[in-house]
Amino acid sequence: MIDWIAGVGRSTLSQLSDLGRATLILMQAIFGRSNVGVHWHLTIDQIHVVGVLSLSIIIVSGLFIGMVLGLQGYTILTDYGSEQALGQMVALSLTRELGPVVTALLFAGRAGSALTAEIGLMKATEQLASLEMIGVDPLRRVVAPRFWAGVISLPILSLIFVSVGCLGGALVGVSWLGVDSGSFWANMQASVDFSEDVFNGMIKSVVFAVVVTWIAVYQGYDLVPTSEGIARATTKTVVYSSLAVLGLDFFLTAVMFGEV
Amino acid sequence: MYSRRLELSVGTFVLLGAFCLGFLALEVSGLTQTGDSGSYRLSARFDNVAGLTTRAKVSAAGVTIGRVVGIRYDDATAAAIVDMEISQDFAQFSEDTSASILTAGLLGEKYIGLLTGGDPSNLKDGDVIYDTQSAIVLEELIGKFLLNMSSDK
Repeated sequence: MIDWIAGVGRSTLSQLSDLGRATLILMQAIFGRSNVGVHWHLTIDQIHVVGVLSLSIIIVSGLFIGMVLGLQGYTILTDYGSEQALGQMVALSLTRELGPVVTALLFAGRAGSALTAEIGLMKATEQLASLEMIGVDPLRRVVAPRFWAGVISLPILSLIFVSVGCLGGALVGVSWLGVDSGSFWANMQASVDFSEDVFNGMIKSVVFAVVVTWIAVYQGYDLVPTSEGIARATTKTVVYSSLAVLGLDFFLTAVMFGEV
Repeated sequence: MYSRRLELSVGTFVLLGAFCLGFLALEVSGLTQTGDSGSYRLSARFDNVAGLTTRAKVSAAGVTIGRVVGIRYDDATAAAIVDMEISQDFAQFSEDTSASILTAGLLGEKYIGLLTGGDPSNLKDGDVIYDTQSAIVLEELIGKFLLNMSSDK
């Protein structure tokens, strides 16, 4: 019994110290003094790796999710003779929920795991330690550019995802199933509000970006420097960021759209 | 020159993002129609606003000219007061304008239709419309219909 209570205490303490270390790493990476010129280049470098190279998966999945929404929505709405509302349904579900959430989940799988593995391998091969030896802070040189690249890239990817998704829905709904193109876009424009829907979706996306990249760089920086440790940390990154995104999404939705 | 292609690709990426934001703003959310021309506020007193929500359309002759921004209950008159924001472009509503709650389609959303009258002076910011026609409550309508049927026999 006593052992069990001690076990609970031990795991609570270790969770808390994990959280503390993660916060310290984040704060040092963000607010540490840095050589702006050099690090700006590093950030651009990372935006290329994290953002531009994720474009293909984001565009393809956005297109297909928009097309599926168009198809499913059409078969349901046509039962009620209101297939004109298809545009509204596709656009609202994409801007409010699916865009930010699915982009963040894909981002965690595509870019978050790669960030963890990369930083983890640097740690395992003692590159981070060598950086420290020559007087370069690895938090600012390695972690900060990757963090900022993630925070900048994910909202842009999410915007692209939503746009492509709307076009995919229009492709299926208007071109293939014959919903009137005028009523499709007009209903969409009448029901989607820029500040209410698009802007709130972007806020969600920025929050997810911070959380997912933070988890990824922390798991990479803090892992046990063995091949098994890297494997475990990569898995943790994907699992934790997915859970965090889905959980946070509920709270953000409750705050943003709950009272309407 | 170490990263010319890289800078190009990142620049394209960011521009693509900006383009998508523009697309979402103009094509998807139709931001253009809410210009910065300003708006003024009218209220209307209804006996019953069942089904009307905030952000519902306010239209005149079928054209959207504003939005419902608030619905409250007035204790003193036991009626509902609906606050509407009308675009400044449409300020030519006479003082005997009537307002009615209409339904888009059979089961569609409720909206407010304004019909201007013949009075030479126009409604100003903060004015109240008293000449109103309430929402049609389907249950009441069916109830009346059944009552008429039974009294006919």
